[in-house]
Order: sequence, then C-alpha cells, then structure tokens
Amino acid sequence: MNPTDLSVMALGGATVLYAIAMVAYAIRLARVADDKVAARAAVAVPAGGAADGLPVEAAAPASSPGAKAAKAAGIARSTTLVGAALHAVGLAARGIDAGHVPWSNMYEYTISGSFFAVLVFLIVQRRRDIAFLGAGVTGFATVALGLALTVLYKDVDTLPPALQSYWLVIHVSIATIVTGIFAVSFIATALQLMRDSRDRGTRWTGDRVRWLDAVPSAPALEALSFRLNAVGFVLWTFTVMAGAIWAEHAWGRYWGWDPKEVWSFVIWVLYAAYLHARTTQGWAGRRSAWLAIAGFAALIANFTVVNLFFQGLHTYAGS
Amino acid sequence: MARVKLDNYVIADAPRLGLRGWLRWIWRQVTSMRVALILLLLLALASIPGSVLPQWPQDAAATRQFISDNAFWGPVLDATGFLDVFGSAWFTAIYVLLFASLIGCIAPRAAHHYRELRRPVAATPRSLARYEGAGPETVASSPDDAVAAARAALRPRAGRLGALTGYRVRVDRREDGSLALAAETGHVRELGNLVFHASLVLVLLAVAYGTLFTYRGQAIVVEGRSFTNAVVAYDTFSSGSLFDPADLDPFTLRLDSLDAEFSDTGRPLHFQANVTFTEPGEDAVRTDISVNHPLESGDAKIYLQGNGYAPVITVRDAAGEVAFSGPVVFLAQDAAYTSTGVIKVPDVSTGEQLGFKATLYPTFLEGPFAVASIHPDPANPVIEMLAYTGDLGLDSGVPQNVYRLDESQLSPVQDADGQPVTLRLALGETVELPDGLGSVTFEELPRYGAFDLRADPSLPYLLVAAMLTLAGLAVSLFASRRKVWVVARSEGAATVVSGAAYAPAHDAGVAAVLERAMAAAAGREATAPAGEREPS
Repeated sequence: MNPTDLSVMALGGATVLYAIAMVAYAIRLARVADDKVAARAAVAVPAGGAADGLPVEAAAPASSPGAKAAKAAGIARSTTLVGAALHAVGLAARGIDAGHVPWSNMYEYTISGSFFAVLVFLIVQRRRDIAFLGAGVTGFATVALGLALTVLYKDVDTLPPALQSYWLVIHVSIATIVTGIFAVSFIATALQLMRDSRDRGTRWTGDRVRWLDAVPSAPALEALSFRLNAVGFVLWTFTVMAGAIWAEHAWGRYWGWDPKEVWSFVIWVLYAAYLHARTTQGWAGRRSAWLAIAGFAALIANFTVVNLFFQGLHTYAGS
Repeated sequence: MARVKLDNYVIADAPRLGLRGWLRWIWRQVTSMRVALILLLLLALASIPGSVLPQWPQDAAATRQFISDNAFWGPVLDATGFLDVFGSAWFTAIYVLLFASLIGCIAPRAAHHYRELRRPVAATPRSLARYEGAGPETVASSPDDAVAAARAALRPRAGRLGALTGYRVRVDRREDGSLALAAETGHVRELGNLVFHASLVLVLLAVAYGTLFTYRGQAIVVEGRSFTNAVVAYDTFSSGSLFDPADLDPFTLRLDSLDAEFSDTGRPLHFQANVTFTEPGEDAVRTDISVNHPLESGDAKIYLQGNGYAPVITVRDAAGEVAFSGPVVFLAQDAAYTSTGVIKVPDVSTGEQLGFKATLYPTFLEGPFAVASIHPDPANPVIEMLAYTGDLGLDSGVPQNVYRLDESQLSPVQDADGQPVTLRLALGETVELPDGLGSVTFEELPRYGAFDLRADPSLPYLLVAAMLTLAGLAVSLFASRRKVWVVARSEGAATVVSGAAYAPAHDAGVAAVLERAMAAAAGREATAPAGEREPS
C-alpha cells in the first residue's frame, strides 16, 4: 500500500469513527438529561403518590443511574480516540507522501485543522470533563474531513517557491492549531448561548432540546470558552506576527493589506473586542459570546471565502 | 449655575459644563470601555471593504479598471476613500480615536497600578462565608505555627518566576485573638495588560517611523547585465517623506544567470538569481537571491520578485542598417510563460519608424485552431509579431509605457491582400519585412530577474514592540488573579483553621492553592485537587 492510499483510507476511517462518536456523544447527552429528569422525578414522587406504587417504578431506573449514559460515553470516547489515531496516521502519511508538512493547500489545512480541533478536545478532556462538547467537536471533524476528502481533495505536489520556507512550518502550523482551538471554543460558546436562552425561557425551550439540561450552566460554559479563546487569541497574535515576519522575508513588506491579511486583522480585532466585552457592563455574557461567534465566522470566512474568491498573494492557499 | 431637576422633589444648583467640562466629558466618553468596544467593532467593519473592493495601493490597474467599469459607483467609491480604505480619512479617524482611547485608558491605570503595588495587602474579610471555603479543621499546632506554615506554602516554589508571580502576604492578629493570613497575587496580570497596550502604541509609532524613512524600488535586470543602485536606475521608486536619496548605497548588482526550474507539468519548483554583488571599495561577491532568501546589504534587502524572458531582437531598416538590437523585456501572461512585449524602433536611417507587438511562446505548439505555449521552459521558443509603421509618438514628450504601443499614429504592415502580416520567428531566425521595410532577427533568449529593493529602518523596533505585545498579552491572560485567606484561632488547647479563596470564574486552579495552604497549616499531606471535573 502506498502512502497516498494509506492516507486517504486512514482519513476515511477517521471520518466514519468520528461520525459514530458524534452519535454516541449525542445519545450520551440525551441519556444524561433523561437521568436528570428521572432523578428529579424520584425526588418529587414521595411527596405526592407514595401509595400508588409509583416509587417502585421510579426506583427501577434509579438502580442503574447513568449506566446507559456511561455506556454511550465509553463508546464515544473510544471511537474518538481511535478516530484521532487514524487521523494522525492519515496526516503523517500525507506529509511523508508529499515530502513537506501537510498544510500547504486547502485540502491539507482542512485535514490538519480538524485534527487539531479533536486533539484540543482530547487534551482538555484529560483535565476536565467536557464530554458535552464531544458531539459538536466530532461532528465538526466529520464534516470537515468529509468535505476535504470529497470536495477539496488534491493530489500531492511539490511546494511552490513562495512556500519553500521554514516559516511554513511555524506560521501555518500555529494558524491551523488556533483554528482547532477556536472551533472547540465556538462549540462551547454556541452551547452557552443555547443554554442561556433555555434558562431564560426565550428560545430552545422545547422538550426536543432537553439534552441542553445536560450541559453545564451558561457561566460555566462561558468560563470554559474564555480559557480556550484566551489561548487562541495569544496564538493568533503570534500567527499574525509570524506571518508579518515571513511576508517581510518573502515579499519585502511585513504588512500590505492583502485580503488574507485584512481578514486576519479583522479576526484579531473581533476577538480583542470579545475580550474587552467580557469585562464591560452590559456586554458580558450574551453580547460578548456573540462577538466570539463573529470572530469564528470571520475565521471560517478567511479560510473559505478569501481563499476561493479574492485575489491576493495568498492565492496558492486555494489550490 | 443652572437649576437642575434631580428628581421629582429635589431641584439643585448644578454647575454648567462650560468648555472645560465638555472637553472632560468628551474625553471621558472616548476613554470609556464601551466606546473603545464600539471603535474596535468599527475598525473590524471598516477593514472589510479593503478586501472586497480593488485598492489603489495594492492593485492600481484593477482599481482603474473598476472605476471605468462602474460609471456611477466607481467615482463615488473612489471619492469616499473606499478604494484606498487603509489610507482613508475615516479609517484613520477610527484608529486614531482608538489609540486615544487606549492611551486615555492605560495612563490612569498605570498610575493606579503603581499606587496599588505600594499599598499593603487588604486585610482578611470579617466573614469568609461569601467565598469558596475550606475547613474548619482542628489541628495540633499553635495558630502562629499554622499560619506560618500556610504562609510558607504560598511562597513561590523555587525556579519559578517567584518574585513576579508570588503571593503578597499580610498577617493580622485580630481582636478575638485569631490570626488572619491574607495573601493575594495577580499584580503581574495587570502589569502584562499595561505592557500589552503600551506596546501596541509602540507598534504604531514604529510603523509611523518606518513610513517616513522607508524606500522601495523595482528594477528588472537581464542575464549578463548589471544594475547600479541609484534612484534613476529603478523602473519604479517610492520613498517616505524624510528619506534622503543620498542615503542609497551605490552598489552594483550583476545578474550572472537566472535559474528557473519547472516540473514536467510546468509547476514552478525553484527560482534563483546568481549574482555578483559589488559594494563600493570592496571586492565583488558572488552570491544568490531566491524567493524567501533575499540578499541583505546594509539596511536594505534585495528580493527576487519575478522573472521572465527578455529575447534579444535585432531590427534592420530598409537600408540594411541595424536600427535596434538588444534584449526586450517580455511579461509573462500565464503559467506557461506565454509572454508579451513591445519593440519600438524610432532610430531608422530611412523611412518611417517601426513598432512591433510580439508574443513569445517558450515551448511553441501549433494546434489546428490556435497556437500556445505548453511549458515555461524554452524548449521550442517562437515569437509571433505584428509590425507597424508610422510615428511611435516618442517625440511628443509624454512619458510612454514601455510595454504598450501607442497605435494612434501607426498603421499595421499588410500583405498584398490587405491583411495584417503576422511574422513568426524561431530562435536564431531572421524574417524579412514586406515591402522591403527591413528585417527582424530573434538572436538569443536570456531570462531576466525582477528585483525589489527595500529598506525600512523601523524593523528592529517593530520586532521588539511586537514581542513585547505578545509577552504582555500572554501574561495579562494567563497570570492568575487570586486571593487566599487562612484564619487560625485557638479553641482550648486545639487550633481551628479555616480558609477561603477568591478567583474569577474561569480560574479553577485556585482550589488547589487553597488546599495546599490548608494542608500546610494542618500539617498534613495535601489531597489531590478534587478535580476541576464538573458533574455533567
């Protein structure tokens, strides 16, 4: 088996495993929410109808509280881990096949960016229980890998002269890692907004989104996404600076308002606004969360719209 | 004084704002966080047109085209600065206000922080019930020993940036006889914040300094030819307003050869200019310049920004005299280096002036309907050209584009049927022009390198400012801001220790610190932090 086939097959396998993990994580969320309802019912019943024999029924599921959720969580975690391992194999094979780091065109950015998103999730998961983000992260990785393999796929090719620089390793690797971090924090922020709406009773109140009860409270989600965004913002600042140094090296100017540079600046400013908004009265909470969402939207636009539709010095990114 | 209604019952004399009052009010508005936030959002929003619309500084040709294509919107957008967003008055206004806001915000904060650093640590609150607590625990040691142990535990571990990140501590003996330890850390966080914002101002200053003193020039050098660094030698040259042309280092750069490697499919693999570089009064140095590897000369760097072919053409006039001979720079139009160029021959000994519009195909292939170049390497170089006779318009005094033929006073050379004649020359061939106008020879096919020379004295300062920005930012976001309290009081023979801690919501690590201090006070092993794992 040659490296090309190995890479594509490993990435295809990772896609399938991520899809399974996404379903398992979703089931886990639903089970946890069910358990919460059951637990609440178990507490509520003795007050009302202890005589109807209802406590017996209520006690039955309580004998194995969280067993189904734990089973789903186990499946989810192991498929994610194996998926990430396959993903890593796919990336490494691609790099060996191409003879350079696997982030020099859109296909390669996509497969490495989604890998870093999963990796960030797994690293944070080791330190604190963030299984509630699992469905979002594996879903993101499934879609990204699926799109990469079907739409964006490009055969390996040599690096064009403009990319023959060690700055490709520094600047672009950090940029892809940041994309992964911001993707995970985006999911946390989205959950925060949904959970917040549910708690206020404004939106997402229905029974079909009862799984939202299984995610942490809005302030806890805010604290989580802030920590990720803080790391992401520092690394993004580094990305922009490293990019400027490389641009000075390659193009003879450190900043030239090329479309990619414009959008990198917009992303930086939006996340800076988010960090300020967090500590501003009237902006903390929902409004600052929307700024983080806007920042991630700009990040995605910088990767898609700018690569595909705008003319600029970074055009090889679209090839 | 003016009568001001404070609420329904109270009417008070309030001072009129006056000019100073208004200025102060405006300043307060500009420096408020809310306005800073809005300015940040405006900055992001205002940048976007700069990526969507063609911009003068980035692509003048596309901008000109855009204006002529859009009879109404073109001139309107041009006049309102949308075609030079980052030089426009409104964009400048936004960032100047933003920096005013930033300075107005950090200057008082720096002063405040300085006073804060000199102020003693705040005493332990009366009641710790409001905070996340630990204990009470009954311990054997005396209150003094317990607090001393807790204090030692909070001391920074050796090897860390102790002096900066450590806890500032205060111990009070309270009226009820208990001993209260208050420890706080987090002053580096604010320091990082201040450094970050101040460094952004430094970045802006460095950029402004660079804009005043920078210079940049472009020159095309054909293989075997030399370039001498002087303003007149450049094809284009621009500089900051305080740049002195006498500062140019008068070196010579000879392009010995230009290597261009392509894959079989025509993808560029490597470009390298082999040059001989001579600084005045020094020996010539043979070196090379390639993409991503500029040549450094003093303050300046020389970049290889492009390359192409400059076929050597010789034109003989009707009398058989050489009217023109030399390399002509052709500009590549596609990935296969199909290149176009113009030959102007004003100095004919007899007859009218001659002009040629030519296309070079490095690897020529003739299909049934069209001709094309199929590879950028010169495997089968062919030039096709249209000849013109008449007045080239060079004597009018109006500067002309060397890549364009002014056809207004020229007529194409035609064959017997009245059709324009297309001349086709392979390398080394000579073709006679119709009607005895002369002949054209395609002698050689050297390459050329397009070089860019640029100096910006601000770069070292900019780098330092940028690194300070990054360091300040990291500290301001990652340094923790925590308060830890431990209170020990005697109850009979025993000592009861209780503790509490305070940190922002996102900082889950504070529990471990409190546990460390409590364990030390109690003289036991610290239990592993119960985990930041939240039940979910």
